[in-house]
Amino acid sequence: MKLCFFHLMPYSDLPPDFKQKNSSVWVDVDSRLFDPAKGHRMYNEFLDELEFAAEAGFDGICVNEHHSNGYGLMPSPNLMASVLARRTRDAAIIVMGNSLALYNPPTRVAEEFAMLDCLSGGRLVAGFPVGTPMDTCYAYGQNPSMLRARYLEAHDLIMRAWTEPEPFTFAGRFNQLRYVNVWPRPVQKPHPPVWIPGGGSIETWHWCAEMDYVYSYLSYLGYKAGEATMRGFWKEMERLGKDRNPYRAGFLQFVGVAESRAEALRIYREPAEYFYGRCLHVNPRWATAPGYMSEASIRARAQSMVAQAAARAAAPAGQSAYGNVTFEEIIDQGYVIVGSPDEVADQLREVVVNLNVGQLMLLLQFGNMGRDLAMYNTELFQRRVAPQIRGMFDDRWENRWWPRALPAEKRAVPREVRA
Amino acid sequence: MTAARGESSRPQESAVTVNGASCRVWQKGEGKPLGFLAGLGGVPRWTEFLDRLAGSRRVVVPSLPGFPGGLGHDSLDDTADWIAMTLDLLEASGLEGADLIGASVGGMLAAEAAAFSHATVGRLVLIAPFGLYEAGDPPADVFAQPAAAVPGLLCARAEAAAAHLAAPEGEDAMDAMDAMEWTVQLARANEAAARLLWPLGDRGLRKRLHRITAPTLVLWGERDRILPPSYAKRFAAAIGTGSSGGRAASVKRIEGAGHLAYLDEPEATARAVLEFV
Repeated sequence: MKLCFFHLMPYSDLPPDFKQKNSSVWVDVDSRLFDPAKGHRMYNEFLDELEFAAEAGFDGICVNEHHSNGYGLMPSPNLMASVLARRTRDAAIIVMGNSLALYNPPTRVAEEFAMLDCLSGGRLVAGFPVGTPMDTCYAYGQNPSMLRARYLEAHDLIMRAWTEPEPFTFAGRFNQLRYVNVWPRPVQKPHPPVWIPGGGSIETWHWCAEMDYVYSYLSYLGYKAGEATMRGFWKEMERLGKDRNPYRAGFLQFVGVAESRAEALRIYREPAEYFYGRCLHVNPRWATAPGYMSEASIRARAQSMVAQAAARAAAPAGQSAYGNVTFEEIIDQGYVIVGSPDEVADQLREVVVNLNVGQLMLLLQFGNMGRDLAMYNTELFQRRVAPQIRGMFDDRWENRWWPRALPAEKRAVPREVRA
Repeated sequence: MTAARGESSRPQESAVTVNGASCRVWQKGEGKPLGFLAGLGGVPRWTEFLDRLAGSRRVVVPSLPGFPGGLGHDSLDDTADWIAMTLDLLEASGLEGADLIGASVGGMLAAEAAAFSHATVGRLVLIAPFGLYEAGDPPADVFAQPAAAVPGLLCARAEAAAAHLAAPEGEDAMDAMDAMEWTVQLARANEAAARLLWPLGDRGLRKRLHRITAPTLVLWGERDRILPPSYAKRFAAAIGTGSSGGRAASVKRIEGAGHLAYLDEPEATARAVLEFV
């Protein structure tokens, strides 16, 4: 099983009355709340936390893309990934990912991901999200009715750009390029592993199955809500004749570990309340856009409880989804797993078995958690929890979706810098 | 509503094929044809406004692709695609050269059709058409709204829009589609409008309005909460100013009406149309 450290890079200084005085943390978030001097410190501390996770032994470190978002300070995850590639040695660099329809021309993604794969010596996981309505349709003005078609076309263009040895002409519906010839080329052949972050739409499940990509369910609602979606995913895989290789699936879980459960409840209360209270305060008007959800998903949503749960999580925006959630609910609903190392290990073992997930992504820094606590959580998890779950699945399944880096002797070693 | 229910108000239904997709055409009444291209939400049901027009003219209501009764919006990628589709749809519905009413989304397309093809439109009535954008007086973002807020934006009387868009109940539901398909068709109508208009910016009509030579009446609900009534003047000022002739459009406000004036004030709107055409 793979354990990956995921960072959202949440702005950690939203005021206590943020929810009362602001419309939304996303799209129309008040820019005057952003203090660049604090931003400087946050970015550097967040990168410290990611580097520390890699050093502590996490298999991968994950960054992602959001726009006009107070809880996600990475409009360009590739910038973050590039500095991480220089400052880490072995961890996979998992970019979750680039919202393909937002890049014009999409060959930009082929280029930057190829750069990252070279820079990291073949450690890149290429994440290709469609992107949320908030990011794509509102912050980036994309037409929701064409978003998925543009995404799929961009994907095809990128794949050809990575794999065709000759310059070629791309005459697409949305992109016309007379000369496509990407330099540099990715280290990993034929291309870096592809993971698809998704919210639970049926089209995405089918597409992952068809393309043999990892489906990553990134929800903030934790394993209890995720169970219905992942059960739906595996049922669909079975219907399509795919095996139950748990490495086909990724899942995101918030975790807070401490020496005892009482201690964990004490120290993780504030950052959890900050995240679910302030960071997820999204005006429901941004939660969807006409045409963003396919008609098949609208029907499925109306018909099945599985898809309803998925749709709820697909719109992390809906105030209704979180409302005035209390810390007790955050814990009881499983949004955040807290406890002693043994308790957390027991729960996670159950989670990954129930959800059948081999690529587990852990949010160990969340909300306004400072660097010291984030590193404490990370270190304790790695030392006391990880050994209890790491070996799962490996005896029976092959992880065909993990980066194949250059051997150690072929890897460049960055020169030490004297500041 | 007096005419929205019951057997007597039923229009004749046929279908035409545009871009390989089927679009429903409703017709009612006798006399010279009068076309209607509907606004946001389309015409999921026959309305009093159309019934009143049908008292004097043969009203022909083709569904735009993606709007209730019409398919094929997903093959329309840019404004040129939509304009060509509109010309095809009007021709296929037997409306070439006929008088034409276009409202809201349909108003933008009716204006485009009249600008591109002088032979297509006889007399033109635009009811609160989309298509222009003024930075100092922007349209409301009708797409980024909680569902509950939409009827109050579409109509001055929210209940008029809500009734128009509500799934049929009781006896009316007997031969209607099921509730889920009703929901899907309204979602599709919203998507089709967004596909054409997103993100409610300038789509170039400003550069083409001068080409309209058809005698034109611009109607605007004075309580339009989506497109400010000030846009009426902007349309009127630009129409018919080209070298190919035409004359300035006239403007009439519909008192008490919102964006979909034909739902808010069916009688006054129909009267204004019939007086002009």
